[in-house]
Amino acid sequence: MEWLNIIIQGSLLGGIYALFAIGLSMSFGIMRLVNIAHGDFIVLSAYVALVVTQGTGLDPISSLVVVVPVMFVLGYAIQRGLLNHTLGGGLLPPLLVTFGISVIIQNGLLQGFGAYTQRLHEGGIETASVRIPGGISIGVYPLVVFAVAVFAIASLQLLFYRTGLGRAFRAVSDDADTAELMGIDNRKLYALALGIAMIFTAIAGVLFAIRTIFDPAAGPIRLILAFEAVIIGGLGNMWGTLIGGVVLGVAQAVGAALSPTWQILAGHIAFLVILIVRPSGLFPRTKDL
Amino acid sequence: MSLLQTNNLSAFYGDFQALFDINVTVQQGETVAIIGANGAGKTTFLRAVAGALPTAPAMVLFDGQPIGHQTPHEVVRLGIAMVPEGRRLFPSLSVEENLLIGGHSERKGPWNLKRVYELFPRLGELRHLPAPALSGGQQQMAAIGRALMANPRLLLCDELSLGLAPVVIRDIYQCLGAVTAEGTTVVLVEQDINRALDASARFYCFQEGRLALSAPTKNFDRAAITAAYFGL
Repeated sequence: MEWLNIIIQGSLLGGIYALFAIGLSMSFGIMRLVNIAHGDFIVLSAYVALVVTQGTGLDPISSLVVVVPVMFVLGYAIQRGLLNHTLGGGLLPPLLVTFGISVIIQNGLLQGFGAYTQRLHEGGIETASVRIPGGISIGVYPLVVFAVAVFAIASLQLLFYRTGLGRAFRAVSDDADTAELMGIDNRKLYALALGIAMIFTAIAGVLFAIRTIFDPAAGPIRLILAFEAVIIGGLGNMWGTLIGGVVLGVAQAVGAALSPTWQILAGHIAFLVILIVRPSGLFPRTKDL
Repeated sequence: MSLLQTNNLSAFYGDFQALFDINVTVQQGETVAIIGANGAGKTTFLRAVAGALPTAPAMVLFDGQPIGHQTPHEVVRLGIAMVPEGRRLFPSLSVEENLLIGGHSERKGPWNLKRVYELFPRLGELRHLPAPALSGGQQQMAAIGRALMANPRLLLCDELSLGLAPVVIRDIYQCLGAVTAEGTTVVLVEQDINRALDASARFYCFQEGRLALSAPTKNFDRAAITAAYFGL
C-alpha cells in the first residue's frame, strides 16, 4: 500500500508537469521553436494572476479570465513582432532571442516585485482530500490539476485533428514551405500557435502558483521539467507528454520516499535513463528530427 | 492582355544568380511548357512566379498586376496554385486533409472535394489513408487535386512525370486535359520533352538560367530543341 500510495501521488504530481510541457511541446512541434523563455512565461502568468487577484479581489482560478487573454495576446504579439523574424535561419537565432526574453522577464519581475517568494491562495481546496479504498488519501487539488491536464490535452487533440486550424498547424509542422505555397499564411499561423500555447502556459502558471511558492527566478526549473516531460513522452505526441509528466512525477515521489533530498534528483535521473534507453522518448511521433 | 508575363525576370539564391532576364508570356487558357536540362532554372522560374523567391514587383505581372513582391500565400489568393516538384504532400495528413489544405485560401470556383474525386476516382476511395500510403501516381494525383482545390486561374506543374511509370504518366496527362478544359491556364515544367510538347501549344526552353528558345510546339524543329536544350 505504501508504494501504491507513492505511485498515485507521483502520477498526480505529473499532471502539473504535463501542463508545464504543453506550451513548449506546441511551439516546438509547430514552428520548431525551442522556447527557452517558456518557464519564465509560466512564472510571468503567476505574477499576472497575483496582480489581478490583489487588484480585483478575484480568487486565482477566477483570475484566469484575465490572465489567459493577456497571455494569449502576449504570445501572439511576441511571435508576430519578434520571433517570426528569427525563423528560417536555423535553430540558433530563436534560441538566443528566447534566452534574451527569459533574462528580460526574470529581471523585469525582480524589478517590479522584488525577490520575495509569492503564493496564490485558493482557499480550502488546497488542503482538502478524499479517501479511496485501501486507506490512501488523495489531495483534491492535485486531482483537479491532473484532470485539467487531461482535459487540456484532449481539447488540443480535438483542435489538431477536428478543425481546419489544426489541420493547417499539422501541415505547417510537416512542411512549412509547401504549406505557404498552398496558401497558408505561416507567420500568422505561428502567432496563433504561440498565442494558443500561452493559454495553456497561463493555466499551468496559475495552477502551479496555488500549489507552490514562486519568485522571479522560478522559471528555469519549470522549463527543465517541461523539457523532460516532452522528451520522455516523445516529441510531437501530446498524450506522450502527459505520460512523460507522470513518469517524472512518479520518479520524484519514489525518490522522495527513499530520502527527501532525492526527490528532484530522482526525476532527472529517470529522464537521463530514458534518454539513454530510448533516445527519441517513449512514444515518438515526429520522425524528421 | 496576357495572364502571366515576366519582364526580365532575374532570381537569386543568395549570391548565386539562377535566372537571367527571363521574358515569358502566357495567355489566358493556354498550356505552355517549359523544358530544359537539370539546373536550367525551370523550378526556380515557377518558384519565382509563385512568390517563393523574392523578385522586383514588376518582374512578374499576373493579369497585368505586379506580383513579384507578394508572398506565396498572397499569390495563391490571387489565383496561382502550384503542384510542386516531388509532390510534397503533407505526410502526417490524410489524402482528404491534403486536399482540404489546398482549399485553405477559400477561393471560389469550379473545384471542390467532389469534383476532384470525380476527376480522380481512386483518390475518393483512398481519401482516409495517410498520404505516404499512396503509390507515386496516386500521390501525384493528390498533389494536382490539392492545387486545384485553390481554384487557380493559373496552375503551375513541376515535373509531373518525375519517377512515374509511362502508363501512369499518360493517365495523369489525360486528367490534365480535363483541367485545361475548365479554362485553367497551365504552365508545365518537364524534363520529358515529348510529354511536355504533346500537352502544350507553345514551349520555352531554358538553358543555364537563360531563355534559349521559344516557339509553338507544332512543326517544331527537333534539332533546334536539342541545340537549345544542351546549349550546342
